[in-house]
Amino acid sequence: MFVHNTLIHRLKRGCETMAYPKGPPPPLPDRHGGSLKADATKCADGCTACVPVCPTQAITREPGKAMALDLGRCVFCAACVDVCPQDAIIQTGDYRMAVRHREDLVLGDPGKEELRLAKSLDEKLRKLFGRSLRLRQVSAGGCNACEADTNVLGTIGWDLGRFGIQFVASPRHADGLFITGPVSKGMELALKKTYDAVPDPKIVIATGACAIAGGPFVGHPQINNGADSIVPVDLYIPGCPPHPLTILDGLLRLLDRLEEKNSSQAA
Amino acid sequence: MSLTTPFKRIANAATLPWADVPAWPAEELVRATASELSRGARLSSWFGVPEGDAVCLVAVLAFDSEKTLAVARSAAFTGSYPSLTVKHPQAHMFEREVWEQHGLVPEGHPWLKPVRRTNGDAPANGTFFRVEGPEVHEVAVGPVHAGVIEPGHFRFQCVGEEVMHLEIALGYQHRGIEAALTGGPHRATLIQMETIAGDTTIAHATAYATILESLAGTEAPPRAQWLRAIALELERLANHTGDLGALANDVAFIPTSAACGKIRGDFLNLTALLCGNRFGRGFVRPGGCRFDLEPERAQRFLDRLKTALVDVAQAANWLWDSASVCARFENLGVVSMAQADEVGLVGPSARASGLTRDVRADHPAGWHRQAPTKAAIWPGGDVFARGHVRALEIERSGEFLCQQIFAKTESELRVEIAAPAPDTLAIAMVEGWRGEVCHVAITDAAGRFRRYKITDPSFHNWTGLALSLRGTAISDFPICNKSFNLSYCGFDL
Repeated sequence: MFVHNTLIHRLKRGCETMAYPKGPPPPLPDRHGGSLKADATKCADGCTACVPVCPTQAITREPGKAMALDLGRCVFCAACVDVCPQDAIIQTGDYRMAVRHREDLVLGDPGKEELRLAKSLDEKLRKLFGRSLRLRQVSAGGCNACEADTNVLGTIGWDLGRFGIQFVASPRHADGLFITGPVSKGMELALKKTYDAVPDPKIVIATGACAIAGGPFVGHPQINNGADSIVPVDLYIPGCPPHPLTILDGLLRLLDRLEEKNSSQAA
Repeated sequence: MSLTTPFKRIANAATLPWADVPAWPAEELVRATASELSRGARLSSWFGVPEGDAVCLVAVLAFDSEKTLAVARSAAFTGSYPSLTVKHPQAHMFEREVWEQHGLVPEGHPWLKPVRRTNGDAPANGTFFRVEGPEVHEVAVGPVHAGVIEPGHFRFQCVGEEVMHLEIALGYQHRGIEAALTGGPHRATLIQMETIAGDTTIAHATAYATILESLAGTEAPPRAQWLRAIALELERLANHTGDLGALANDVAFIPTSAACGKIRGDFLNLTALLCGNRFGRGFVRPGGCRFDLEPERAQRFLDRLKTALVDVAQAANWLWDSASVCARFENLGVVSMAQADEVGLVGPSARASGLTRDVRADHPAGWHRQAPTKAAIWPGGDVFARGHVRALEIERSGEFLCQQIFAKTESELRVEIAAPAPDTLAIAMVEGWRGEVCHVAITDAAGRFRRYKITDPSFHNWTGLALSLRGTAISDFPICNKSFNLSYCGFDL
């Protein structure tokens, strides 16, 4: 009976893949909060209320200097938002968070209240990878949340394959690495070997607070505080874990597959 | 309740003054533990606590049928002690861990090697058990695997396609969680608890919050306990649904695989409806919960839940309806009840071998004290049984949520809790979706963590996967592996 049942089911349901990016993105949950915006000019004199509540030391305010929030380290617990008396740090509700350079994740200074979203690859790489990108995923101390929400992109609702993006089994078949986890010392050698096994030219994507800066484990001697201490990184996707929509946006942004005006110029 | 034991009895989510934990010479602790295990107790945890230059061993036993836990410890010592593993293999990984962490040598341990130490190189660079013979060959897989999954190393000893022995070497994911907890809690502790195993956020965070609450001599307000129980079942639903889909995918049965991939997301999105994060990050807090489930939100929750439950029941039925799927699942990767008991399996892996083990029923804490659940058992011990137990648990978790969603719980969401009591031992167990999550804390004179021991269910269960492969074709490894779906990082800590 299952043959009949499954066929009827599929006919009834039709295509379950979302319209995005041609249509609107699926809404984020109302309690998600999205990205953060930090305006250091709003800080009260000498106020450091947000600094000690941040579990990953993402916020700094040295004496005489402005507050700075590093979204690369951020796990989006919003403890700083709750405690700030001046609304200097607020949630924006924006799912878009991927950047090309590590310093683009540091917020606070005038003109840098929000992160500077990623520009696409240069024309040569875009020509190579724009319509066909094969990635080898390496979990290097990842907790299986980033991994799980990356796997989600392969389900029928997201269908990553329609963009020509695919996760492959061998680094020899890959155009780049997709790294999760802080790069535990135990995975350092395996990550280096996997990177070396990917043919040039290649790209590296660091996904999640761990892969960007060590995340919850920043400073532990058993880890490396992020992937870019081991291999050069071309795209940073913040979150703990990033929402699948945030990951997809980052990948499409890098390949210039979004219909946004600001994404079409090369970095 | 007729249990008499030289161990000190303690309930789940309770505390004991450290001084009240009976202390014996190490030989006596091993002898007494072996004796209790022989009459049906289970080793929930076994770890060392540094005391000056020496170390004392702590044994945490679960008497499931008596619905009680019990603890004892050894006097501080150095050097060696007679191995418990010789009589009770369920202790083998614990004794290796204690040896690695503290240098105490279990004399007579049959396979003493590190659990997760790196020695500056890949953890797999150690001695592996080796079968010799003209037709025997060895297959090494990992640490980097073919899918989007965590790393680990598998070493197979095969004759032709048949696996004679599988040895699993982990440690690649080690992030130093337990070492960082000494002197804690620190400001990163809670998020570290939430990421011990990222797919088990609610269970580990609940265990940690329970430890801090019991050390403060209180418990979470009823409304928070209710919310935690709801989030825990959602976590189970999402992961079990994903597992059914993964099992289907491994036998190329695409209808269930495709449907479950999406439905798993529906359950994750219900967790996000609760707290904004699909994995429940930021939901459980010591002293309560951060977000409420108001009646209007509860109604939306229920509507979406019911749809997802109908969908997943249908997708699961396609599996059991297909003779070719069942033929692939049945009699594959069998772990007998005796084996499961001997190596101390927990969670669905144990229940699929016919063992009635479920913390929610056996050692209820929090909301489970007033909203009882029944363990879902299936006796086969094969891939089919592990799949079927998941399907049964999906049904039961669904029923639990539908019954509990409008439970009357008028209380605050979160309360301030006092500082942890000094020189105290606290135990918290939660039935995570993979099985028993066990946290044990021992505080120092200032109320800081002197030792915090985390036992993820995967710590017990990886041995079960290794056993399931014996006599199986190596090509069946992926599906056997999916049928357990264990955590690498939860083991590696």
